Amino acid sequence: MPDATGLELIAADVRDKVGDEAVVDTIYYREQATLEVAPASVRDVLVYLKEHADERFDQLMSLHGVDYLPDEPRLGVHYELLSMERVERLRVRTRMRIDDPVVPSVVDIYPTANFQEREAYDFFGIQFEGHPDLRRILLPEDYAGFPQRRDYPIGGEPVIYTYNEHQIPRWYE
Amino acid sequence: MDVIRQRLDENGDPHDLRVRQLRARQMLRGELEGEDLEQYVEQSVMLTTLEKAQNWARANAPWPLTFGLACCAIEMISMVGSPRVDASRMGAEVFRASPRQADMIILAGRVSIKMAPVLRRIYDQMLEPKWVISMGACASSAGMFNNYALVQGADKFMPVDIYVPGCPPRPEALLYGVIKLQNKIKGEPDMGWRARYQAEGTEEVA
Repeated sequence: MPDATGLELIAADVRDKVGDEAVVDTIYYREQATLEVAPASVRDVLVYLKEHADERFDQLMSLHGVDYLPDEPRLGVHYELLSMERVERLRVRTRMRIDDPVVPSVVDIYPTANFQEREAYDFFGIQFEGHPDLRRILLPEDYAGFPQRRDYPIGGEPVIYTYNEHQIPRWYE
Repeated sequence: MDVIRQRLDENGDPHDLRVRQLRARQMLRGELEGEDLEQYVEQSVMLTTLEKAQNWARANAPWPLTFGLACCAIEMISMVGSPRVDASRMGAEVFRASPRQADMIILAGRVSIKMAPVLRRIYDQMLEPKWVISMGACASSAGMFNNYALVQGADKFMPVDIYVPGCPPRPEALLYGVIKLQNKIKGEPDMGWRARYQAEGTEEVA
């Protein structure tokens, strides 16, 4: 784990090499370092961290989507990076607006991102630009909507409890 | 040591084993005639209908399909594999890997919307007569998964004969369901599930 100082050093390095607008924020919370980057430069930042940085992060452990409702920008993608050599972890986070959920794909640098980006697309509707085969992976292919978004109805059937038994019409039949 | 010798008395109790042995010997020699012969035949020949015999045979060999959907499948395996609850006592241990050879399907687990067409297809491939056991809360009513991804009860898209409650049901409970199914098979003449559930007109046209 990079500590708070190490995170600031990484952020300064990325700002220096990738661009000043790439890093939005740094968060150090409960000994976990998070580097928040702009969605457009996610791929550049990950390429730099994997291949060109002095202290590299060579493995993508996980990629997942988040919905921050009611905060805005609402959607997020987390990239959990790991350096096998130094056993250090870094979380790269990006957030985008619900009306423009587009983020560049990182499949060509981290092949493991293929299925995980498809999953994030499946459940959150995040568009990964440049993904070789972006289609649903877990839900049926004709499914409508993105069910892990927090404004999506949970579905299923109404369950009769004592508090609502008289609100469900003619339930006793 | 005293040896008790008993005489074979052909006029003794007709249920006594020795008397029955003696009668059988006489019958084979052709010595039984008239009322004795009729009585002998009455005692040793059982009459039934072909239908009942057929249902008896079917009920005692309900071969399930090898198909597990989720965690209930582990209990289903325990019903077959453990010596404590031995499904072969009911003739239900021969799990068939092909729906063409299976008599019943045990829905062991939750049925997702994506899995439902697969299940329905497998069910349609099974030969008549066929039966369905819905095992556990999830297959019967989606259990705790009241959400967008699961079918709320497998009977929404296929007929179910026996519901076994539990989360998961113990192997004993599933075996009890198998026994219930056997009684159902023996108890009613086989009509096929369309007649059983008034489902004429649902035949699939290829």
